[in-house]
Amino acid sequence: MTTTYRRKPTKGELRRQKMEELVVYPFDWLEERSGLIGGVRYFLFRNVPSDINWMQTLGSAALTAFLVQAITGVILAMYYVPSADLDPHTGQPVAWESIVNITDHLTMGWLVRGMHKWGASVFIILMFLHMGRVFLFGAYKYPRELNWIIGVLILVMGMMEGFTGYLLPWDQTAYWASVVGINLNGTAPFLGPWLAQFLRGGQVVSGYTLTRFYSLHMLVIPGAIIGLITLHLYLVIRLGVTSPPWSKDAAGGEPEEEEARQLRPGLTRPVPRPAGASPMQAEPGGRE
Amino acid sequence: MEPEQPSPDTEQESLHEEAHLPPPTLWPIGFAIGIVVVLVGLVIDPLLISSIGAVIAIVFGILWARDATAELRGEPVVVEPERRDSVEVDEATAADQQGVAETPVTRSVFLEGATLGLGAVIGGLIVVPVAGFAALPSFLGQTVQKVDLGPISKFPVTKWFIATFISDPSEGEVSRQTAFIRNNGPVANPDNPKEQVPSFTIISNHCVHLGCPVQANGPTGLKFTGTPSFKEHTLNGPVEFESVIPAGYGCPCHGGQYDPEGNRIAGPPVRALNRFSYEIVHGRLVLGAPYSVSHVVGTGATAQIYKYKMAGPGQHVDGPEQWFYPLQPPQNQ
Repeated sequence: MTTTYRRKPTKGELRRQKMEELVVYPFDWLEERSGLIGGVRYFLFRNVPSDINWMQTLGSAALTAFLVQAITGVILAMYYVPSADLDPHTGQPVAWESIVNITDHLTMGWLVRGMHKWGASVFIILMFLHMGRVFLFGAYKYPRELNWIIGVLILVMGMMEGFTGYLLPWDQTAYWASVVGINLNGTAPFLGPWLAQFLRGGQVVSGYTLTRFYSLHMLVIPGAIIGLITLHLYLVIRLGVTSPPWSKDAAGGEPEEEEARQLRPGLTRPVPRPAGASPMQAEPGGRE
Repeated sequence: MEPEQPSPDTEQESLHEEAHLPPPTLWPIGFAIGIVVVLVGLVIDPLLISSIGAVIAIVFGILWARDATAELRGEPVVVEPERRDSVEVDEATAADQQGVAETPVTRSVFLEGATLGLGAVIGGLIVVPVAGFAALPSFLGQTVQKVDLGPISKFPVTKWFIATFISDPSEGEVSRQTAFIRNNGPVANPDNPKEQVPSFTIISNHCVHLGCPVQANGPTGLKFTGTPSFKEHTLNGPVEFESVIPAGYGCPCHGGQYDPEGNRIAGPPVRALNRFSYEIVHGRLVLGAPYSVSHVVGTGATAQIYKYKMAGPGQHVDGPEQWFYPLQPPQNQ
């Protein structure tokens, strides 16, 4: 890997080369010990069909919406107090007061709460649009059935987030919507009454309902969604992206293409690259 | 193709697992059980159970020591003779049989099973109490608070009131409930016809469609009903009684309608409104647990109430649909 210079490198060139080495070093260090750089590169720069279109960005959009919910939710949890007790000074429930405080008094609280509140609808809508795209493109067919199932589970979890999050402002709308929602679950045959009592944390909606909905909303269900999204993405990478139905490439691909797909490195196989080559240097530059 | 490697399990086992060790013995297990009994006994009954444990540990300890020192003491060690099957079989079936019939429990297989088993035990020890704590408090120890509504002499006969009260002072405002109450006047005690007992109709305002609060359809307050509203300070804190002349009850959420006795007359509800059980304690009206009602025939004190165990809104208590809800969670009424 020696490069012959036509002339001696100038001082500027040498400095530049030094700087490059300095920048690349930490990435090389990480790559050598974890392979993470190569993994990320593989994830971001993998091959996709040439005739994909904007419809195929809806999944990433839904993922972004979820990330917005996760980040704004974490910050909101710093200020929100899930207590049904009454504030002795004002006679108002503490949970509701903390929401008022976030919205009306804390700097930029209105914005972050607004992002979380409206972003919730955006997340659900994008999931439905993504689902519609997958359905109309036939992208749920073999071998991607499992990813459709995981996606449905994410949708269900997203709706459970909506249901549990709706109670947290602890106002009349929140209270009665949850009463009706829980009783609706209670009408399910056989186990319904048990499910309803579990959700309520007792026979009536109380402070226990609020705290358990808070825990479900910010810990249990988001954890499940993150796990499911990880599986979802793993399968997207492993199985590849589908072409649109009008694609000229036949579904399933040519036999030799099929062969290539089988051998294509994925998360289960290391990404091959020339020994000693830095992943940050796609093309070996003017240095040893 | 890679050259076929000999299976590391079987090969290495046969190389290294020669009988350099004393033969396996069960005595250490008995010794360990003895120690466990001693420790458990320290918690439960140090004198009796720990003594039993100590005896077990000592007996098995001695047996174990004897076993371990048998060679030193010159006793012949009993070793199960090694056996080799001399039956000749071709290699394919031999491999088959090894896989199916005579699989020896090798060290690695044993360790694999032990790791999985121990992991399952540890996981269970963590998951069982956590899952129990998540689920059981919703079902066990649930109590229905009795609600004191004040002296019955305050209720004019045949007049309806909308009573609003805190059902559980420890829960506070969130346990505020509403009931429609009418004093039916004194009626003959069914057990002792010579005695007169008070009779009340007390209907819960929880819609039996999905639990929204039903409203009385009719005028309220002194001006329109001719009956004064009033407030009482009871053991449950302040209770408000607003006079009303209900032509029935209606639910604002999905339009369920009921007659004044709580029978469903229109909309999605599946049965009649719940009622509260009550008792008269020292001349005061005390609400007990609510119960479900399929329907009511007649009115007031002579009404025939078809009473059922408390069920959630939207759940049928009679007819074939009741089979969908065979088992209600414990309610400790």
